[in-house]
Amino acid sequence: MAYPMYEVDWSVLPPEQNRRFNPAFNIATIKQVVNEAIERVAPVSVRMPTPTRLRDLIRQIRAARTAAEERSVVNKECAYIRSTFREEDSVWRCRNIAKLLYIHMLGYPAHFGQLECLKLIASPRFTDKRVGYLGAMLLLDERQDVHLLITNCLKNDLNSNTQFVVGLALCTLGAIASPEMARDLASEVERLIKSPNAYIKKKAALCAFRIIRRVPDLMEMFLPATRSLLTEKNHGVLITGVTLITEMCENSPDTLNHFKKIVPNLVRILKNLILAGYSPEHDVSGVSDPFLQVKILRLLRILGKNDAEASEAMNDILAQVATNTETSKNVGNTILYETVLSIMDIKSESSLRVLAINILGRFLLNNDKNIRYVALNTLLRTVHVDTSAVQRHRTTILECLKDPDVSIRRRAMELSFALINGQNIRSMMKELLTFLERSDAEFKAHCSSAMVLAAERYAPSNKWHLDTLFRVLLKAGNYLRDDTVSSTLQIVSVAAPERQAYAAMRLWTSLERSAVSGDATEKQPLVQVAAWTIGEYGDLLVSEASNAISMVDEDGVDDFVRPSEEYVIDVYQKLLWSTQLSINTKEYLLLSLAKLSTRFTTQPSQDKIRVIIDTFGSHIHIELQQRGVELSQLYRNYAHLRPALLERMPAMEAAGGAPALDEPEPEPQPAHTADHVADALLDLIIGSDSLTNGDIEHNPQAPPSNNNTSSNDILDLLSGLDLSGAAPASLLNNNVSAPPASQPQPQPQAMLLDGLFASPAVTAPPTQELASVTALDKNGLLVVFLVSRAAAGAELTMRATSTAPHTLTDFLFQAAVPRTFQLDMMSPSGTVLPPQGEITQVLKITNPSRTALRLRIRVSYNVEGSPVLEQAEVNNFPPELFY
Amino acid sequence: MMQFMLLFSRQGKLRLQKWYVAHPDKLKKKITRELITTVLARKPKMCSFLEWKDVKIVYKRYASLYFCCAMEQEDNELLTLELIHRYVELLDKYFGSVCELDIIFNFEKAYFILDELVLGGELQETSKKNVLKAIAAQDLLQEDETVDAALREVGLL
Repeated sequence: MAYPMYEVDWSVLPPEQNRRFNPAFNIATIKQVVNEAIERVAPVSVRMPTPTRLRDLIRQIRAARTAAEERSVVNKECAYIRSTFREEDSVWRCRNIAKLLYIHMLGYPAHFGQLECLKLIASPRFTDKRVGYLGAMLLLDERQDVHLLITNCLKNDLNSNTQFVVGLALCTLGAIASPEMARDLASEVERLIKSPNAYIKKKAALCAFRIIRRVPDLMEMFLPATRSLLTEKNHGVLITGVTLITEMCENSPDTLNHFKKIVPNLVRILKNLILAGYSPEHDVSGVSDPFLQVKILRLLRILGKNDAEASEAMNDILAQVATNTETSKNVGNTILYETVLSIMDIKSESSLRVLAINILGRFLLNNDKNIRYVALNTLLRTVHVDTSAVQRHRTTILECLKDPDVSIRRRAMELSFALINGQNIRSMMKELLTFLERSDAEFKAHCSSAMVLAAERYAPSNKWHLDTLFRVLLKAGNYLRDDTVSSTLQIVSVAAPERQAYAAMRLWTSLERSAVSGDATEKQPLVQVAAWTIGEYGDLLVSEASNAISMVDEDGVDDFVRPSEEYVIDVYQKLLWSTQLSINTKEYLLLSLAKLSTRFTTQPSQDKIRVIIDTFGSHIHIELQQRGVELSQLYRNYAHLRPALLERMPAMEAAGGAPALDEPEPEPQPAHTADHVADALLDLIIGSDSLTNGDIEHNPQAPPSNNNTSSNDILDLLSGLDLSGAAPASLLNNNVSAPPASQPQPQPQAMLLDGLFASPAVTAPPTQELASVTALDKNGLLVVFLVSRAAAGAELTMRATSTAPHTLTDFLFQAAVPRTFQLDMMSPSGTVLPPQGEITQVLKITNPSRTALRLRIRVSYNVEGSPVLEQAEVNNFPPELFY
Repeated sequence: MMQFMLLFSRQGKLRLQKWYVAHPDKLKKKITRELITTVLARKPKMCSFLEWKDVKIVYKRYASLYFCCAMEQEDNELLTLELIHRYVELLDKYFGSVCELDIIFNFEKAYFILDELVLGGELQETSKKNVLKAIAAQDLLQEDETVDAALREVGLL
């Protein structure tokens, strides 16, 4: 029964206050007397039975053996607590709230205690206030309207004579201050910063810190009181003062300049900390107040950034800290870590930088995982400052890729990508490929796209580039980002003919292997790329003429076996028959197979292809069925069209900086750059009224953009990338939702043409529209949305262009939509916007409610070191965007 | 700045939660649930840091309890470990070799101690002595009130 309340270490209290061990004045005895007294009096004044004590409730709940049992105990108690709240009974309110807080921690609803907390706060008793404020911090936050009711109580208590009541109020304000509350109470807090009482001063300083966080405009009023905080001796006041100043400096460049003059003060405080002898009060394993040291080092970093004079003033002390700090314990490394960050960020002497990098090198070899993690983290932050110094640790970093700890692997991966350059690309990629193969799913997407980018940037040769891409395809499997498929196809399509043959042969080996081992489902992007390439260059794959091409790969292995035409088709059949492959992949395979019919020459293979294509005429999936029927027509009534229609694709243009979307400038008529297949098609239907496909003939201003890929996958089959070369594909595209061509037609002669070139007015899906909406035009920054419809909603492409004279860095575009919409933002093309440069970012919006789109945007960037924030609301989207 | 601090047991039971950012209750519960699962799944040899959503989780296990802080990107992870350790030391001093049961049965005291150490997500006091002194003085204030009320109740005052 008598569970000890607590074993306080009373030594912190002066003996005259230590009443606990005075036998004549034993608290436990007194409590017993009180309880008995209250229980005696209670039935008269209170109708309720004595409530369960907190301790007993916790015991009961812990004794519950099942979740249901626990729930019933809690429900019973909650019902009881609610009824006491109704009774306006104040005797047990404090205890009941305490119980409610415990129940709340278990995850049960406790919102009905909010108002009771306010009543407790308003009580004159300290016990009530203490529990009341605790409850307020746990149960209230700025999302509840009730929280505004607390403002008045806080204001009263901030003026209390008891320092602990003021302390409670400040603590609560610091935890749950909303912007409204911050505005109402800022002046009280400012007054308390100037209080002579250190206990109140430090709390008020942190309150001010929170207030500025919430409402940056309120900073001005705290400025005068803040500077004097640094003249205090009390470490609590010092550390909160430094925290407050740090926040202010990060808040505005003007304040940052204002505080430049405190650098000598900070240096002096830091020096005193290091040089002062042992002080038991602030010592942590031999280091004097590491908390304060770190805060000061961080503030110095902010003050010294881009400022030679301030940096000069702190060079000495940083060197002193870096050399004199004891490193055998975590606390010493904590300080070194912060020191290194400061050295790298300010304009420090080069010898100091060498010292810092060496410290990181030591960190990297440390046995403690935590230290290794911060080393990697810091190297990543400094790699742009001094790449060559970080390069020296490359082997260690690559070693960290194999670490069992995901946190360390993630850092090592990012650092590895930062270290890749033209000289080490081969060896780095080899390591990263091994990493990619073994890494968790969450890394694969990021790692593979970073590898594709690095390969593109530093590829020592075309062959190496292709080899690397194919390996990434093989190892990243389905985690590969969609655009990698199209960009790989583009690279293959522009390669030299013998390189294309090499690609076909290399991909054939991978395709055949995954078809045989049955893991093609996990590598669908690979299957797609392989299908496209083999379809295009199948003749080179089987031809003896390609024997001259060396198939020795990066590892010096040549495992290519030239397949027979029939074996290729057998493998295709196996894949097409598989139930696991996605429709998209099968579409690639089916069209590729049709293409092979014009590449392969032997009769048995032709017959096989025809049989397979025919079977798709009755495929359960409408899209594949359609394709099957159309392609089999190319064997029957339109056999003469087949060779021309299935001719090799022309070289595709690179997608440029933004792989997700085309450049919006009007291109020259796409049909001109398209191959003669398109011309042949156009010739066939010249003069025909059914040619209403505006993409090519009537609307050269709006080139087909590849943001509609999801709605017309088939388009990719022919073009891979629907850039300018997509013209014939666009023509084919119109029949995506056309009725199956096998339907009885009045003019069977016109069937194929109907299927292929049906008038969009009748059967085609609504074509996408490209509208552009200007969202922001300010200070030379122009933000425009290119609006188009996509399969599942709308797709907006944000294009930010700058005519400002300076480069905008840390460019961040954010957008918000009303709750009925769903917004999916792709990653931006970059964060740095040079003059005349451009950043694009794709936003996918789905709108189940079909209401008009409203979009709120926020753009932030740094220009010449000062941050700029712009906001705007965009309402003028075309109303027909969602239909 | 610390965004929140959670204490939970090896069985995944929440023992203490302190939020310095305003989230709806539902989100808090979701974060708590996900985080507890993620942290408990990590092996003891792994490092104490975890990049999780947009925060950095710094956690450390003391006996059967996990102390877990969500920090912002700029914060010093190693210092957060020191902060956790400082809190544990304070609990230990206050309860006298603290154990999980102390924190379960006296959770409000654990909150009071934390509130004297951290305010608004930032450290407010670097001296252990000062924190304990403030707590003890407030406990005393409460006890004085109890005594007062008792004496009043039995008619001695």
